[in-house]
Amino acid sequence: MRKLSRLRRRKITAPVLLFLALIVVGNAYAFIGATVTTSGATASNARSTMVDEGRQIFLRGCSSCHGLNAEGGGIAPALIGVGAASVDFQVGTGRMPLADMSQQAMRKTPVYNEEETAALAEYVATLAPGPAIPGAAQLTYERDGNTAEGGELFRTNCAMCHNAAGQGGALTQGKYAPTVMGVEAKYIYEAMITGPQAMPVFGEKAITPAEKLSMIKWIKAVESEKGLGGASLGKVGPVTEGLVAWVLGIGLLIGIAVWLTTKSR
Amino acid sequence: MSNKELEPLQDPGLPAHAHRKADHDEAAANRAERQVAILFLLSALGTVLFIYSYIFIENNIYIYIPILGNQHAQQLFLGLGFAIALFFIGAGAVHWAKTLMSDTEVIAERHEMRSSDEDRAALIATVKEEVGAVGLGRRSLIKRSLALSLGLVGISPLLLLRDLGPLPGDVLNQTTWAEGVHLVTDPGNRRLRPEDLEVGAVAHVLPEIEDPEHRSLNSIAKDALLLIRIRPEEFRLDAERLSWTYQGIIAFSKICSHMGCAVALYEQTTKHLLCPCHQSTFDVPTGAKVIFGPSARPLPQLAIKVDDAGYLVAAAPFNQAVGPSFWERKK
Repeated sequence: MRKLSRLRRRKITAPVLLFLALIVVGNAYAFIGATVTTSGATASNARSTMVDEGRQIFLRGCSSCHGLNAEGGGIAPALIGVGAASVDFQVGTGRMPLADMSQQAMRKTPVYNEEETAALAEYVATLAPGPAIPGAAQLTYERDGNTAEGGELFRTNCAMCHNAAGQGGALTQGKYAPTVMGVEAKYIYEAMITGPQAMPVFGEKAITPAEKLSMIKWIKAVESEKGLGGASLGKVGPVTEGLVAWVLGIGLLIGIAVWLTTKSR
Repeated sequence: MSNKELEPLQDPGLPAHAHRKADHDEAAANRAERQVAILFLLSALGTVLFIYSYIFIENNIYIYIPILGNQHAQQLFLGLGFAIALFFIGAGAVHWAKTLMSDTEVIAERHEMRSSDEDRAALIATVKEEVGAVGLGRRSLIKRSLALSLGLVGISPLLLLRDLGPLPGDVLNQTTWAEGVHLVTDPGNRRLRPEDLEVGAVAHVLPEIEDPEHRSLNSIAKDALLLIRIRPEEFRLDAERLSWTYQGIIAFSKICSHMGCAVALYEQTTKHLLCPCHQSTFDVPTGAKVIFGPSARPLPQLAIKVDDAGYLVAAAPFNQAVGPSFWERKK
């Protein structure tokens, strides 16, 4: 201890210590700074890898119809500027790739998994700006939606095709508006901002994001609504009701009429 | 061949009446009686079920029934109980009538409807005598005032026909749309700029009014408008109609020219507008020309433009009456 205190009192000690401290701080800074820059580089690398991967999937799975550069073709539209939301909707719900060339792309088990879909979306989004995939932070319909307002919006904007209870309905020549029951909030939102297939676009200004959340909340409320009045018969209105009345109801009445008029033995 | 063989077929007459088993077999009759009683008892059980579900089944219980899905238990059993109660009363009564009530066929004789001459003469004499007794022939003041009061009562319902009017006048030819009226979203009442609509987008709009909370339904029924945006080069319109559009945005009355339903089923791919009621199909690029269905006229197009602040406004009122035809409609 005594030796140490003697050393401390020497004239040279302060400059030497300062020098050493500077070296330590400098090296540490260089080391940390280097780490920061390398991690940044990794992120952007990962992004471009994802785009590359998406491009590879696109070339393999989509380019035969949509063209090598997504410029579209005789049977498929251009994908430049459709945005990530459109890809996420079409591929995520299994509508694309098409199973056959019929009028309507149907919802089915997706061909690509989540990462592949995300990569495809990332690639198509780089072609030109378009609607982005709504994140979970944006889909706060439980908190921000207004069911009554959503119902009003749905009846004005959606009910004519998707049925007043959201059960879907027929369009022309084999096309149809699918049911919105059981559809994830993300896909409902994406369908509104991208206008898939025959559906028109409902942009963020014509129907604000808050209004869209209200519509989703209303749809979810209808979905979980319990039947109070007996069999709902698919909630599609007079078609099934008429069928049941004419076939079951009148059939039963005919049976009773036959019983009434048979002579008992 | 003898004459007898040439005679037409004899009317075989009605078959002999066959009595039912219960008519001559006491055991069968007792069995039928028990069956009827069982049917009535089932009805009674139905009523018990009805009362039980009303009193004892909680209002928030849902049960799963195959095919029907989740059902509200109380409503289901109330309905079932009442249906059983009513149906088996009827079934029991019918079974009773068919098996046990007398089935002896009775011939009811038909008589002439006209009364005998004496009865008719007697009636006429009575009426004449009574009229003379009341004195209507002499007391003409009573007769006339009575005729007046009865007559007025008789024709007074005609007055109520006035409620069928007044005639609509020019109301059907007018809408709220006029030059400079802003297009606002329905619902929401926000003004729209052309850039708010992407190509392929639609928007449901109404005219901007001071008090949108109390918009009258009668005005909505005429003012409702659908905005559609397509690529401007896709229009196949004459110069005047083209000048009514704005950068690919075209505005049509949403009221079907057939029966007045809201035409708003828009297929982005085919650019067809459909009416959900009777499938009238309108082609948007050619100015809503009817290409299918019962509608006789294209949907009226509203001329739109942009005001100094960049908002979409009407450039002129509709040039024709919107909605279905009516007698006084100007062609």
